[in-house]
Amino acid sequence: MKINWSALGLVTIASLIATILVVGIFAAGVAAFSAADQRAVVGSPSQGLRALGYLCLAAATAVVLYGIYLIVPAFH
Amino acid sequence: MMPTLFIVVVVVITAIAFDFTNGFHDSANAMATSIATGALKPRTAVLLAAVLNIVGAFLSTEVAKTISGGLVNEQLVTPAMVFGGLVGAILWNLVTWLLGLPSSSSHALFGGLIGAVIVGAGFSGVNFSVLISKILLPAVIAPVVAGLAAGLATALAYRITRIAQNKKTRSNFRHGQAITGSLVALAHGTSDGQKTMGVITLVLITGNFQAAGTGPQWWVVLTAGLAIGLGTYSGGWRIMRTLGRGLVDIEPAQGFAANAASTATILASSHLGFGLSTTHVCSGSVLGSGVGRRAPVRWATARRMAFAWLLTLPCAAVVGGVAAAAATAGTLGVVSVLVVLLAGSGAIWAVSRRSMVGHHNVNELPEVVLLTAHSADSTNRAAS
Repeated sequence: MKINWSALGLVTIASLIATILVVGIFAAGVAAFSAADQRAVVGSPSQGLRALGYLCLAAATAVVLYGIYLIVPAFH
Repeated sequence: MMPTLFIVVVVVITAIAFDFTNGFHDSANAMATSIATGALKPRTAVLLAAVLNIVGAFLSTEVAKTISGGLVNEQLVTPAMVFGGLVGAILWNLVTWLLGLPSSSSHALFGGLIGAVIVGAGFSGVNFSVLISKILLPAVIAPVVAGLAAGLATALAYRITRIAQNKKTRSNFRHGQAITGSLVALAHGTSDGQKTMGVITLVLITGNFQAAGTGPQWWVVLTAGLAIGLGTYSGGWRIMRTLGRGLVDIEPAQGFAANAASTATILASSHLGFGLSTTHVCSGSVLGSGVGRRAPVRWATARRMAFAWLLTLPCAAVVGGVAAAAATAGTLGVVSVLVVLLAGSGAIWAVSRRSMVGHHNVNELPEVVLLTAHSADSTNRAAS
């Protein structure tokens, strides 16, 4: 019997990294937006935090697009 | 014996029926968490999942040439055996749906086929090493990998957004959740939609209604896509309730992490040559995400689910074997199996009516109860 342990290990590692990366980036974006809102309320708006939020959002969108690319066989 | 037009027509219709059960059985995988947190309204969610399933079914130009991936020797497979296998798969899918248990539709199909092939062609027709390496091992690994990823990601998400617990944060996570859930639905359409097309095409080829080595006919693609889409749209609310409410209470950030873990695991496994069941992955994610935010998990429900997973293959195999034994005996056998299938499906549906779960009450209770009619009786008796 041949069990493809290396493929199994690769799937595990890839799934872990991809999940943690996407969730981490998206959560950071959400936190940045929230912090920017709070700063705006107390009267010292921070463009940097808002920009960071958009950056995270863009990165998460890029990962989603990569996901669609992986799903659609016509693309590769 | 040359397969007659009759058995081919019967198999095609049964395959489409299986595709429908496949759709409503797996509807919950993509949308249960989004419905549970209110990221999407129940009917919007299933409509979205259905459309993405259909799109997914049409997207892939390359149909799996084998329906079983080497699990059974396809040279030995006759339309009557495929019919028996499908009957086993449909009945098991309906029973688990009645109990609200998410179980793998692929395992049901493979189990049914294995049973049918053992009866029709003997044990040598089944490749048991493939059974272990491609079915049993992944069934154990999938929920563990997805659960671990979801658990760690959930813990991380809560840590990062600890200071940002407000309405807008939750709404942002809901949006992310709807998007990752949609990706699961799309990936599901490309894989499971193809399976039924493969079954129908195989039967058409063995019946000499189609040249060997050719792809599926346009009407096969169309009907299979529509069947799985329609099945998904019908919702499978009983399973939705178990996955969305039954295992653990789901919050938006946690649901997002669970869906992200499901998507990542499904895509990684399908592209690194290690096929994992969507159902096992998604159930593992939901469970793991619950552990990740230290929410109370209903382990009794998880245990019941695990039993259902263990039983799926052997149970579908027994039904598939019995059905194949009858179906290979001739036209009368096929007709009687068909009658039993219809009667069995009807009975299961009738029992399900006693405790309906629909889009209107999917989130109300954490459990799918079967015997409400009975308990109502006893309350009446107690009152009188």
